[in-house]
Order: sequence, then structure tokens, then C-alpha cells
Amino acid sequence: MTRLPDITWLMLAAGVLVVLLVASAAGWILHRRVGDGAGRGTVDNINARIRAWWVMAAVFVAATGMGVGASVLLFTVVSFLALREFVTLTPTKPADHRALVWSFFVVTPLQYALIGFGWYGLFSVLIPVYAAIFLAIRIVLEGDTERFIERAAAIQWGLVICVYFVSYGPALLTLRIPRYDHRDASLLLFLVLVVEMSDVLQFVWGKTLGRTPLAASVSPHKTWEGLIGGVVCASAIGTALWWATPFSPVVAAAMAFAVTVAGATGGLIMSAIKRDRGVKDYGALISGHGGILDRIDSLCFAAPVFFHLTRFFYAR
Amino acid sequence: MIATALTAFCHVIAQPTVHWGCDPNADVQRIYFGNHTSHLDFLVTWSALPPARRRLTRPVAGGDYWNDGFIRRYVARHVFDAVLVERRAPGSPRAIAAARASVDQLVAALGTRHSLIVFPEGTRSETGEVGRFKSGLYRLARLRPDVELVPVYLENLNRILPKGECLPVPGLSRVIFGPALAVGADADKHTFLEKARTAVIDLRAAA
Repeated sequence: MTRLPDITWLMLAAGVLVVLLVASAAGWILHRRVGDGAGRGTVDNINARIRAWWVMAAVFVAATGMGVGASVLLFTVVSFLALREFVTLTPTKPADHRALVWSFFVVTPLQYALIGFGWYGLFSVLIPVYAAIFLAIRIVLEGDTERFIERAAAIQWGLVICVYFVSYGPALLTLRIPRYDHRDASLLLFLVLVVEMSDVLQFVWGKTLGRTPLAASVSPHKTWEGLIGGVVCASAIGTALWWATPFSPVVAAAMAFAVTVAGATGGLIMSAIKRDRGVKDYGALISGHGGILDRIDSLCFAAPVFFHLTRFFYAR
Repeated sequence: MIATALTAFCHVIAQPTVHWGCDPNADVQRIYFGNHTSHLDFLVTWSALPPARRRLTRPVAGGDYWNDGFIRRYVARHVFDAVLVERRAPGSPRAIAAARASVDQLVAALGTRHSLIVFPEGTRSETGEVGRFKSGLYRLARLRPDVELVPVYLENLNRILPKGECLPVPGLSRVIFGPALAVGADADKHTFLEKARTAVIDLRAAA
């Protein structure tokens, strides 16, 4: 069954388009102003990021517009790519090979299939309960117990961050919210828009006003000024978008605040993992951004918080 | 078409990032020699080459394995135009004769236009460490001094598809091509092979 996207979704999509046009114009002006002078590298990187944003936004907005199936499929691919980056950095041993094969080719698709069916009772426990038990015993059966706790924990945590948390994004489409029928795509768009705007604004505020390091030993570029500026501005954007959600303006502000804080937490946690493994980026998949995990680190941690808050207070 | 599909598969599974220490498009004959840990090694190295060079670059593989069964034989012969050589355990009867025959075969395969991809360890390493090189590379270099010897380091493929596993675990990999090997023409066999092996190992830190 196909239905036309509703007016809320169209307005959000148009908003995304306007933001990207403004960003590209700003990038062009920066490029003209800097020329070949100092700061050229930063400006080139910003423009590469903006170009990548066009592609990511187009794919994501189109998928949400096409319904549950397309959104679930897109997030399945995102999880697969994210897990691929996570596992590359994880010091697993040959004895973990089979457990990893199960993680990629059975657990991940199964999690998204359950979301496609809207089976909350199972998709909310598949990875924390059943995959946790099964994968641990699968590793044990190989008989190699050296660093067993780290290996089993790292694989489990990779699945939680890259698959379980991320899958709460499309899971929003399965919520039944009174007086918000057929508009769930807008809820997903709202979440991603607020989280990603928060990332971008933290970057912008940090670059312009950043002075006080937030956690210098974890991520040298994150500052309190960036964090506060980004969270406040993204919360304001979230509040202004209340009409696209089932929330009142006050609740929309609180929700936006909750997801931006959860997102910022995610950014720091994922930076700590990179720092631990001695790398700067998770990969080079997205030009200017790094790997896919560098882009969705905030979303990973914001999605489950947003889903459960919305489900608890709004879903029937 | 099968080759394109395999290249796409190898991007999904191994997403190789390629670093070049020499001109990838140079119109010269080369022997790419790399560390060997996985069945993906050849495919990843080959798919890292510019398409025009791929058509002229042939893998060298063990005939005992790749002649075994219809699918393997088809892929080796018709998809990649592999040079299948006979492997014998060192010290076994005919081992020396087989090795000599292999080198002759490779010289013939190079001809006047082709390049080769070889894995001089002779077999896949299970630990990820680079093992001793067999002497075929040395003999080949002596017989064809005009051909460039390019070291290749393949990273992480032993974790993606290790020896003994038939299903891969997706991950990111790197293919690092070094500058062509410069060894004096008078280098003895041992020095040459050790230099070649070190050239591969050193690439690990290079990129």
C-alpha cells in the first residue's frame, strides 16, 4: 500500500532543502573569501562535508518518504556499515569469527525484520537478551578463553551501539500514537534533524567561540562553548518544529533537549573508543566526515532515548 | 561480469582503502608481490588496480587448489586468467623440478605485456605474520630484470576471511602498494628474498 507523504513530512523535507541551500551558499562564500590563504584546508573540509550532507539528506529523506519498508532497509544498511567499522577497530581473535558472522548476517537482519513487523516485545530484547546469551556461548564453544571478557563484551557492545540503538530510529515508525496517524515518518525526521543539527551547531559554535575543553584527553576539539551553543540552538530548532510532532511546544523543547544531550554523550563515548584504539576516524566512507560511525555516533545514543520517552508518554 | 560482481562483493565485505607508492597507471610490466593471509588477497589486490591495468594482470595460484572442482577451475581460468602452478612440499620427490617448471611458466605468462600478482610465501599465513619467501620470486627477477617488482601489503584481510573459514566477517581493509623494489643485480638469493620480504613488512607502517 502506498500513500502520499503527508503535509508535515513535505514541510520538514522542504526545511531540510532550505538548510542545505543556505549551507552550500555559506560554503561558497567562505571558499571565495578564503581563496588560497590560511584556513583553506578547513574550508575545503567544510565544503566536502556539506556536499556529503546533500547525499545523506537525499537518501534519508527519500527513504522516510517511501514508508516503513524503505526506512527499515536504509537503517539495516547503516547498521551493517557501522558494525563493520566497529568490528575493524575491535581486537577480536580468530575464535570470534563465527560469532561475528552470526552478528552480521543473522542478528542484524533479524533485528530489523522484527522492527518491520512491529514486534516490540521481541525487538526490544533480541540483542540484550538472546544475542547476548547466544554469542557468548558461541565464543565459549571455540575454547579460546584468553581475554574472553573483553572479546565477548566488545562484540556485544558493538551490536548494541551499531544495531540495537540505531534500530530505534525506524522503530519510531511502529509506534501507535493517538491523533498522530500516518505521520510517524515526520517523527523520525524530527529526531534525525534535531540530532544532526545539534552536531553541526556544536561544530560551528566550537570552531567560532570554543575555548574551554570539555574533555581534552578524549576529544581535543570538543568544548563547553560548542556543546552549550549546539544543545541550546538545536533545542530551539526542536521547539520550533513542535507542529511536526505529537508534542506541545514545551514537550518538544524537553524532547529536543533530551536527545541532544544523549547525542552529545554518544559523541563523547564514541570518541573515547576511537582514542582507546588510537585512530582519528572510524573509516573514510563519507568524504569530509570520516566513517559512518563518525556521522551517526550521536544518533546511536539519541534514538533509544527518544523512542522510549515517546513510547512511555505518548503511545497507546 | 562475474569479475565485476566479485569486485562489488569485495567492496561490501572488505572496503579496501588503496595507497599507492608508485604510478598505478604506468604502462610497464610488473610483478606485484604481497603478504598472503586470505582467499580475498588476490581479489582485493586486483580490484585495487586501475581497470585498464587489471585486464593485463594475472594472478598466480596453486594448481592443486584451483583445479579442484568445476567452480574453482572456471573462476581461475576464465574469470581471472590465472596462472596455475604446481606446488610440492619441499624435499618431496620432484619438488625442485616442479619449482623450476613453475618459474618457466611464470616467465612465459609475463610475455611482453602482462603483469603478475604473486604471493611468495606460497601459502596463506594463519597468524597474520609474514612468513619466509620462496625462491621463485628471486629466479623470476633474475630471468626478467626488466619487470618492476612492486611490494604490496594487505591489511586486515586475515580477520575478514581467515584460512579455514568459508564465510567472511565484513571489515575495512587497506591495500598498500610500495615503490618498486631496488635490489642490486648482484644480490644473492638470500639477501634478495629478505629485502623483498622486508619491503612488504615495512609498508605496514608506511601508510
